[in-house]
Amino acid sequence: MATISKQKSAMRTAATDKLALLVATRKGAFILKADGSRRKWETTGPMFFGHVVHHMMLDPRDGRTMLVAARTGHLGPTVFRSTDFGANWKEAAQPPAFPKVPEGKKGRVVDHTFWLTPGHSSEPNVWYAGTSPQGLFRTEDGGDTWGPVAGFNDHPMYTKWTGGEQDGTPDGPKLHSVIVDPSDANHLYIGMSSGGVFESVDKGADWKPLNAGCRADFFPDPHPEYGHDPHCVKLHPLAPHILYQQNHCGIYRMDRSAGSWERIGTNMPKEIGDIGFPIVLHPRDPATVWVFPMDGTSVWPRTSPGGKPASYVTRDSGQTWQRQDQGLPASQGWFTVKRQAMTGDAHDPVGLYFGTTGGDVWASRNEGAKWTCIARHLPEIYAVETAALA
Amino acid sequence: MKVLIPDPLRSYTSERREVQADGATLSELLADLDRRYPGIRFRMIDEQDAIRRHIRIFVNGEQVSGLQVPLTSADEVFIVQALSGG
Repeated sequence: MATISKQKSAMRTAATDKLALLVATRKGAFILKADGSRRKWETTGPMFFGHVVHHMMLDPRDGRTMLVAARTGHLGPTVFRSTDFGANWKEAAQPPAFPKVPEGKKGRVVDHTFWLTPGHSSEPNVWYAGTSPQGLFRTEDGGDTWGPVAGFNDHPMYTKWTGGEQDGTPDGPKLHSVIVDPSDANHLYIGMSSGGVFESVDKGADWKPLNAGCRADFFPDPHPEYGHDPHCVKLHPLAPHILYQQNHCGIYRMDRSAGSWERIGTNMPKEIGDIGFPIVLHPRDPATVWVFPMDGTSVWPRTSPGGKPASYVTRDSGQTWQRQDQGLPASQGWFTVKRQAMTGDAHDPVGLYFGTTGGDVWASRNEGAKWTCIARHLPEIYAVETAALA
Repeated sequence: MKVLIPDPLRSYTSERREVQADGATLSELLADLDRRYPGIRFRMIDEQDAIRRHIRIFVNGEQVSGLQVPLTSADEVFIVQALSGG
């Protein structure tokens, strides 16, 4: 616990830095910069105008390297890199791509890079990328050249684990939620839609499903070993034995000592349900979690239930949930918030942020107690990430 | 030989519509083009050497479907990108 206290203190110190939001959209990327109080925000961009930007991430290990996963509607996927917080950009010499197969065989093709994760603090230039269709890639030179993680991409169970095209999202099957255990660089998690949650303890050389306790209601057997649809998986940085996921079939928590997922979304109000895309963890308190529910009934509108958007927070690991809708539209607010489009900062109180497919960015300086719209009329938002500016 | 570049790829060619590249086949020509303008090939040819879905390549006005088409220095290669979308 002393270690966690020290880490908590360090995280609060970092929270005095100025803040930016990295907003990835269907038509380019934007950066929203806050003043010191997080009350005023300035929107800059678009960058990569016209590109479909699925993810933009700052490397927290150096505070200046950024990666952007981009493609256009017609051109192939690539990764852009900046080592000066976006002042200059250079395209990766070798973006994520599957190996070429011999003539006459059908090989896999990366449609787009969907997810970017900086590597462990002990591996400064390592990043991981998840793609559509499901592929895991790794760079050791800060994002310039990427190679496949063969232990996953060529795993004998790959085809069974990932299913086929028909098992993916409407935008294709995706590998997302690439997580590096902060206490062990060899310990990795991934989420796949579809496929489920998987774990590697040897830096990606081998993988095992981690779905026990999680439902997959869309299968004849709702408790398969794999084939689930985790929408977003998070690990608590100060308690890496605690995992949460917002799944297609509810909100779940896992304490690794228990060994299976526990559905904590059953404690949500029945009229709201526990379906959604994103899930956000408190940076210091492993019991505090936010979700942004969506309508997962009938044909899955994927919009705020009843047209009344709200976040929900639990402060007791999912035993109880509180609605947070102050400042958000009281009616006719049909928000869709995608899995990468909600995040939090390290301030105290924690700032929360989400972007909608309608192009609005909303912020709360007080852990969701009150929401304010800080940017309107952007293109469809795919991802929102925080970046601490030194 | 002369290679005509569509608008969306001209960020690679300093906005030039017409560039020069060499090769005895389309595959070699694209490799040379990528040497001169790094990254341009992967945006139009995937990792299995297939022409991407919304890209068309014409040699002397004839559309080609593979990369093993023989070329001579007098040929003209026209790269086209579909205009559909929203």
